Amino acid sequence: MDKKLEPIVKAVQGKFSAKFEEFRNEVHMFVNPDQIVDALTMLRDEHQFELLSALTAVDYYPQTSPRFYVIYQLTSLAQNLSLQLKVPVNGDKPKVPTVTRVYSVANWRERELFDMFGIEVEGHPDPRRILMPDDTEGHPLRRDFPLGYEEPQFTFNFDEIDLRKPYAKE
Amino acid sequence: MSQIEEVTIDQYKHLVSERALTGETMLLNMGPQHPSTHGVLRLLLELDGEIVVNCIPDIGFLHTGIEKNMEAKTYQKAEVMTDRLDYMNTMGNNLAYCMAVEKLVDLDVPARAQALRVILVELQRIASHLVWLGTSGLDLAAMSMFLYCFREREQILDIFELVSGQRMMTTYIRPGGVWRDVPVEFEAAVRDFIKIFPKRIDEYETLLTKNPLFIDRMVDIGYLSKETALSYGVTGPMLRASGVDWDLRKIRPYCGYEQYDFNVPVLTEGDTYARYLVRIQELRESLKIVEQALNKLPLGPVRSDNRKFVPPPRSEIGTSMEALIHHFKLWTEGFSAPDASIYSAIESPRGELGVLFVGDGGPKPRRVHMRTPSFDNLSVISEMVKGYLVADLVAILASTDIVLGDIDR
Amino acid sequence: MGIEQKLGNMGVVTTSLETMVNWSRTNAMWPMLFGLACCAIEMMSAQSSSYDMSRFGMELMRASPRQSDLMIVAGRVSKKMGPVLRRLYDQMPEPKWVIAMGDCASCGGVFNNYAIYQGVDEVVPVDVFVAGCPPRPEALIHGVLTIHEKVKGEKFSDLAVK
Ligand code: SF4
Repeated sequence: MDKKLEPIVKAVQGKFSAKFEEFRNEVHMFVNPDQIVDALTMLRDEHQFELLSALTAVDYYPQTSPRFYVIYQLTSLAQNLSLQLKVPVNGDKPKVPTVTRVYSVANWRERELFDMFGIEVEGHPDPRRILMPDDTEGHPLRRDFPLGYEEPQFTFNFDEIDLRKPYAKE
Repeated sequence: MSQIEEVTIDQYKHLVSERALTGETMLLNMGPQHPSTHGVLRLLLELDGEIVVNCIPDIGFLHTGIEKNMEAKTYQKAEVMTDRLDYMNTMGNNLAYCMAVEKLVDLDVPARAQALRVILVELQRIASHLVWLGTSGLDLAAMSMFLYCFREREQILDIFELVSGQRMMTTYIRPGGVWRDVPVEFEAAVRDFIKIFPKRIDEYETLLTKNPLFIDRMVDIGYLSKETALSYGVTGPMLRASGVDWDLRKIRPYCGYEQYDFNVPVLTEGDTYARYLVRIQELRESLKIVEQALNKLPLGPVRSDNRKFVPPPRSEIGTSMEALIHHFKLWTEGFSAPDASIYSAIESPRGELGVLFVGDGGPKPRRVHMRTPSFDNLSVISEMVKGYLVADLVAILASTDIVLGDIDR
Repeated sequence: MGIEQKLGNMGVVTTSLETMVNWSRTNAMWPMLFGLACCAIEMMSAQSSSYDMSRFGMELMRASPRQSDLMIVAGRVSKKMGPVLRRLYDQMPEPKWVIAMGDCASCGGVFNNYAIYQGVDEVVPVDVFVAGCPPRPEALIHGVLTIHEKVKGEKFSDLAVK
């Protein structure tokens, strides 16, 4: 772990009793959903993490509690540090509070979170889908959402696919 | 096929001003098919006469499901997807992806491959900036820029074709090194480019930098403050034009960038013109890096010899049983990566291109997230265009240098 | 343009109306300025200085579908873009032609998944498919010339049936 990062990790640990893990020199801290806004505010204001580099989630289906980890990747420009916060979220009615008030970039990133994973963002100023059309069913990046794979067309299954594939008319 | 939905103002109530509800201001749709949105971007504009009151971007018209599709492929096969993300920066995407894989499985890359990567990625940066320069020239009615820029870009694409056989989707940089060594003609081709290009940049600058019409349309337009930029996660030339000295190549050097001597142009004006100047200077700096890397290009292997992750060269397969087995295993099954997550980032022509990788212990990733710079750079547009004219919106949008493939993934 | 030899000293050419109409259609075909993804960059290259598609009377890209008669679908068509594409096609005046440029537009390409139409012929009728990911500018020009061949062979009687 970077020397400069140690006191910061200690501080977060002290305040939120957060666990942390280290892998290839990266520090990942685990924070509960109700603490994330405070944790981010503290990191931004007291430890100069000005940039929220990435905000996304990972789906650990079929595991259900926690099923998702929402990931907040932070960068400090002033001290040249990185820190990752992970928030475990349960499978049924997944929910995290919005952090748009801390980082404006979270606005679109959280819309993406909802669109792709179906994780509801409480208090979001603009809760709409962002990438998929509004009438889509399901959330594509969940592991139980099918890839939507279509069989390649060869000579032996040509007719079969031709029958079920719609073609546009003029 | 679903239909195009009718838009009602109720859907956008929380995003537009009060005056739009009474009909005092007008809502105007721009895109997804519009010559100056640089792809399939839709902007919903609230206009008071000619002045933009609010701008609501609507993205997703190019959503390709790349992240989902990568989960269904092995680590090597998923790489072809990265080319198609930000199609102006294909080499850079490959590099970002490969560096992430290398970090996840802890793989070393030989020095020659590192230098080759630097050369190619910097050439790609030049090509990307050239497309930006040409197309934003078009948007601002400087048609000839387009023709000049694409002339030079062709030369770079020829170099890519020389090394990889493809003009754009090269997949040349592979986990553990590069696909194969460059042909002998490579050096001459790059030197040729280094020789002519500085004069060409001067030419562009004569056409644009002091051009009063161009300046009128760029200076003091689309101001972006340092604080807004950081809060919106803006990176790359846009951030540097707002006065933040942040370039991952300098600050967290990868691929041996620390050996090369180059400057990071930083301006404090934060307007459209500053963004233009930063990119023009970056063209020169990138060229400097290419030249140094080419001069120092070490000899040696271009791929790691860790046979667990990197396929053996073709010549070995005929003679060694072990090589054959490794080759077979790698291309049928792939290699396994630990069940852990990493984040690694590079400086793409547009900003911080990060890859968040989560392995699951098997040969396929559990999750690949591409932190694409254009996504965040575009999200700030609604802040930047407020109060400017519609014609300025075009200039501002051009100066953000977005690539829709990068945004929608 | 080779017409001098046919003129003779009378200044008269005899030809059929069909040939005449088709000839004029091929030589002033206006593509719609409409790019979707990576292939659009190669389409731009095809019009730029090195490849110069205007040699075939194609330099005038129209930004409005109402003024164009050729649609080059350059790139992948997502589920969100499909209806838009169809509307653009419907807005083009007859006669109109469509080129599906690149693997994605032709068959889905490498993106065999939920988000992409597996071939743009599910959305609009396609006349010529150009293979490649992305197709080289030469390939696109070849595709355009193939469309020209097709147009030259069109018969009024066929049109009447439609
Ligand atoms: S065919 Fe290839 S180059 Fe063309 S849009 Fe598809 S991925 Fe991009």
